[in-house]
Amino acid sequence: MDDNKVRIILIRLWRILVTIPIVVIYIPIVGLINLVWYRLLRRPNKVVWTISPDTSSLTLAYLRDHWVGDSNTAQNNKVFLGFVFPALGAFILMVIIPFIMGIYYSFTDWTGLNNDNLQMVWFDHYRTLLTDVKFFYSFSRTVIYSILNIVFINLVAFGLALLVTQKIKLRNLYRAGFFMPNLIGGLVLGYIWQFIFNRAIVAFGGIFAKSLLVDGNSALFALIIVVTWQYAGYIMMIYIAAIQNIPQDLIEASKIDGASAMQRLQTITFPLVAQAFTVAMFLTLVTSFKQFDTVVSLSDAGPAMLLPQWIADIYGIRIAPAVDSLNFIAVDIYKEAFSNYNMALGQAKAIIFFIILLVISLVQVNYNKKREVEL
Amino acid sequence: MTDEKRNTLIYSVIGFILMIAFFFPFFIVLINSAKDSFTITQDPLSLPTDMGQLFENIKIIVQHDGIKYFSSFFNSLLITTLSLITIGISSAMAAWVLVRTKSKLSYIIFLFFLSGMVIPFQVVMLPLVSLLEILREITTIPFKDTYWGVILAYIGFGAPLSVFLFHGFIKSIPTDIEEAAIIDGCSKSQVFFRVVLPILKPIFVTMLVLNGMWIWNDYLLPSLVIGIGGDVQTLPLAVANLAGTYVKQWDLILTSVLMAALPVIILFLFAQKHIIKGMTSGAIK
Repeated sequence: MDDNKVRIILIRLWRILVTIPIVVIYIPIVGLINLVWYRLLRRPNKVVWTISPDTSSLTLAYLRDHWVGDSNTAQNNKVFLGFVFPALGAFILMVIIPFIMGIYYSFTDWTGLNNDNLQMVWFDHYRTLLTDVKFFYSFSRTVIYSILNIVFINLVAFGLALLVTQKIKLRNLYRAGFFMPNLIGGLVLGYIWQFIFNRAIVAFGGIFAKSLLVDGNSALFALIIVVTWQYAGYIMMIYIAAIQNIPQDLIEASKIDGASAMQRLQTITFPLVAQAFTVAMFLTLVTSFKQFDTVVSLSDAGPAMLLPQWIADIYGIRIAPAVDSLNFIAVDIYKEAFSNYNMALGQAKAIIFFIILLVISLVQVNYNKKREVEL
Repeated sequence: MTDEKRNTLIYSVIGFILMIAFFFPFFIVLINSAKDSFTITQDPLSLPTDMGQLFENIKIIVQHDGIKYFSSFFNSLLITTLSLITIGISSAMAAWVLVRTKSKLSYIIFLFFLSGMVIPFQVVMLPLVSLLEILREITTIPFKDTYWGVILAYIGFGAPLSVFLFHGFIKSIPTDIEEAAIIDGCSKSQVFFRVVLPILKPIFVTMLVLNGMWIWNDYLLPSLVIGIGGDVQTLPLAVANLAGTYVKQWDLILTSVLMAALPVIILFLFAQKHIIKGMTSGAIK
């Protein structure tokens, strides 16, 4: 250990220490946002819904209803801190500190190797990204994919839910069977489907002779098939819960009034399941936005294609460059950092990605009409 | 009545067809795992001629250097189990204390946990790698390429959701039991470990399933923290390593995929109810 090394380590320690006040500032800001958003702009209805690892907005919905106004002094502070510390320590160390560092890195010329003499470039990376046609392409591709995903997954999931809630034999087996694909990891599924598209389906010949993964636009549909197969069973469960929540006497009454099955679907099932659709929709949206490992293993972000003309027109580009068909934002961040080694630029993309997801979450909370759903 | 019977029949047929469609990918993997490389390229759709090839392939995978099946499986199991136990107990402890102390500080800490649910992994992944490097320089503990870094990261990422779940559940538990325990002479920590933790069993199972499924199948985090192709590998990393090294060797890839998916499928067959309930519920009472 020479003096220089000690100095470098001290500098780094200092950097980490500097982040702590920012953490302290971060808490009141979140609190303030919540206060303004949920106290002043709150709506009078209540939400109690199921959550999954991908929904953060519920949290916000929860906060809206549980703002602690009064406070007693904490007794037994030692026990309190001792009990909170394990989880909180790991959380701060592994999530919050990297998050703050990430914000800081996105304003510097970080390459992953120059930690000891970082130059501040402030908003240069963000400015670059605003004029970066490929980043806009990634973003728009993600949006298109998410919308298509929402449509397909929810259609399939609702159909499956309707089917499984009928009085048919083996319905529990079906339910479990439809649910099964989402237990297997996205990466593994990607390899399975790569084989199916490139080898198995092609072997049928005729119109199947050309693999879907060869062409950029059909690759998007191939991915949607995969993801629908993967998630439909999971989203189906939400719809099953909603359908089973429909009061039985409504259905009986409609039967006595002589309504057909189709009419019943229109007048009873759809309106009552609309709430579930909202939840399923946001769940699907967030999942699609974070799509990463299936894409990587299915076709390594997809075959190359020409940039769509409408995007080229927006940016005033004559000759459209080649882009990867399935280069969604999450994949783009990874590739920017680990293929192009533009760490700071990748981090700036990540921050933008975070802001988009945050907005989605906030919209979701406001959009959710509150209603209790029991599973 | 006949109408209803006819409808039921139609639904049953549709259900059956859909079921077959859903199982088609698994079926393809199964039949092709029992073929050699040449047969797969010739006709991927035909049924395998002899099942002996399947065991042959499995034997190859088990002995293969690219996947190190048993050690990867064991690593995955170890990482998942240790992460789950630590996430479960530490989050339950934190949530219990946060519910039972009514102070500004406890509320702020809870809010802080919840804010973590909005942060996706992609945002912290690049700084996380550099942070682990820095931590290694400061403490000389190797956080990269070992279990510990990964497990610590999983605790950090699993904590917000788990604290949220436990918090919601603990709020619905009346305090009488705990007060009785204190009167009987329990200390605070004894109250938690002897009284509260057993009560938390149902929500604990939910937490295990939610986090377990995600941790077992996770690829991005271990690929960054452990790295692909090292000594310590989880199953997804091993499959990615194999598929990356032996492109187009479909007999190897499909067999490894089958064996990577098998543990979860077997678990699902045994604990179906718990898994479905755990993954889809978590309603805050």
